[in-house]
Amino acid sequence: MPRLTAKSATLLVLAALIAVTPFFFPSGYYYRVGALIFVNGLAVTGIVILTGYAGQISLGHAGFAGIGGYACALAPTHLGLHPSLAVVLGAAISGVLAYLVGRPILRLKGYYLAVATLGFGILVSMVLNNERQLTGGPDGIAVPELGLRGLLKDWGLDLTNGQFWYFFCGIALLIGAWIALNLHQSPSGRALRALHGSEIAAGTVGIDVARVKLQAFVISAVYASVAGSLVALQNKFITPDVAGFMHSIEMVTMAVLGGAGSVLGAIFGAGILTLLPQALTVFAEYEQLVLGLVMMLVMIFLREGLLPSVLRKLRGRGE
Amino acid sequence: MSELLQFLFSGLTVGAVYALVALGFTIIYNASDVVNFAQGEFVMLGGMITWFAHAAGLPLPLAALIAIVATAALGVAINKLAIEPARGAPVVSLIIITIGASVFLQGAAQLVFDKQIHSFPAFSGDTPLRIGGATIQPQSLWVIGGALVVFAGLWLFFTRTLLGRAVLATSNNRLAAQLVGINTNFVMTLSFALSAGIGALAGVLATPITLTAYNVGIGFALKGFAGAMLGGMGNPKGALAGGFLIGLIEALTAGYLSSTYKEAAAFVVILLVLFFMPQGLFGRKSTERV
Repeated sequence: MPRLTAKSATLLVLAALIAVTPFFFPSGYYYRVGALIFVNGLAVTGIVILTGYAGQISLGHAGFAGIGGYACALAPTHLGLHPSLAVVLGAAISGVLAYLVGRPILRLKGYYLAVATLGFGILVSMVLNNERQLTGGPDGIAVPELGLRGLLKDWGLDLTNGQFWYFFCGIALLIGAWIALNLHQSPSGRALRALHGSEIAAGTVGIDVARVKLQAFVISAVYASVAGSLVALQNKFITPDVAGFMHSIEMVTMAVLGGAGSVLGAIFGAGILTLLPQALTVFAEYEQLVLGLVMMLVMIFLREGLLPSVLRKLRGRGE
Repeated sequence: MSELLQFLFSGLTVGAVYALVALGFTIIYNASDVVNFAQGEFVMLGGMITWFAHAAGLPLPLAALIAIVATAALGVAINKLAIEPARGAPVVSLIIITIGASVFLQGAAQLVFDKQIHSFPAFSGDTPLRIGGATIQPQSLWVIGGALVVFAGLWLFFTRTLLGRAVLATSNNRLAAQLVGINTNFVMTLSFALSAGIGALAGVLATPITLTAYNVGIGFALKGFAGAMLGGMGNPKGALAGGFLIGLIEALTAGYLSSTYKEAAAFVVILLVLFFMPQGLFGRKSTERV
């Protein structure tokens, strides 16, 4: 039997989970939770590229999610764009902003990016909160319908709203994971992982360290932006919370909890932290406490994250 | 003219707070190469604990003392429980740990205290002093004076005492410091206690003017860091000057451009500094040993 590569194994596991879990859903509500997990998983896959592969950290990725989300709210009404093109526009703006912010910073040590992105995220959420005429301020703003579900219905595929978004986001996640896994194997991906080990060593073997880091930052910003767009389109509504500091922290925590170095691990982390508030209603009050604690404990005791650590244990026992 | 003077006064006041946060960053950065993102939470704790103890009936000076000591103890605990165990970890892991500590302290503060905005009375009354057509609160003088006294105290400590020199030696070369008999663990404990205590003091001094709440810390951290970077990372003189400068830039932005976007000033400064002079005003170009 031909041995499965790690890449196809990850994609198969993901596809199987997305396809099979709905059979166990007790009610339509779970499609919504599932879609939320996939969207968070998509954003966190971007964090894998930035943090897991390249060893950089962003504390303001929610800012890009905010740009993606508000692009879907604003571009259709103000520019007359179709919502699907608004997703592309949001991603393009996020990518360009990431390039402009990242270019001067990524030449420097790791914590400069953390501070600059922290400031960037706060700035984006400040603009969204304050420019009431454009964004509706803290109360949020309506987002137009994507319209794809109606199109599918005309073609004879009649899905409920929950089902449609579950599978649509699931497919988006699969594509995102596929791209991230391809990147992992490519020369660019190898260069990224090399500089995670040692930037200086990577530089001496001829890798353009600053450029490769910048690529990772831009790509991960686009992931966050698309994820923000999907949330906005699904809810048909968006508030500045999507760009808030705590949302950035959630993304990082999901990635490191599951395992920032592995796509499947990070998506697993996104699943846990998305399900937790659904399962425990009291969680909202303790959310910050728990997120902070998880970040510290994982970095001290399970630096690879939950899934890679568990897999390593299992593998070790097998041999 | 009096308008400009008024902006300068308010800039110096908030700048003094940022300078204290920047000094706190610098102490820990020099001792351990860690950029402590929880630095702003020390300011928040200083204000919140003082408010809480004062509201419970303690006299203000005692409440302030309790806040500073308790925060210093928390700083030591963070080092012992979260940062020491991860010694030698990559920069990213240390950033995640300290930002985790920051988020954790925010979460704890909203559970232990509450989510309201608080304050307590100014130390020397609320009668503004008139200087050159502008007014300044007596509490502003407390904040600015506090920053200058702390800076002078730190300077004396680091240059005139054996213990202070031991801290400097540890920051230069940890192993060499150990070899000449310096207890580097104690130096780390001391650095975190000092840094957290200074942060808390900033919170105590500033709260009557700036007010406090569980979530004010991250803003102080960002601006304090901007100040430390503007002055040159790791340089105490730079931290002091950088902190004041950030405060002034912010106050002038609020006065002449937009009060809504004054918060953006610090971020723009960070980007400009990184772009044009990453070593800051007083910093030396750094080289890294491999």
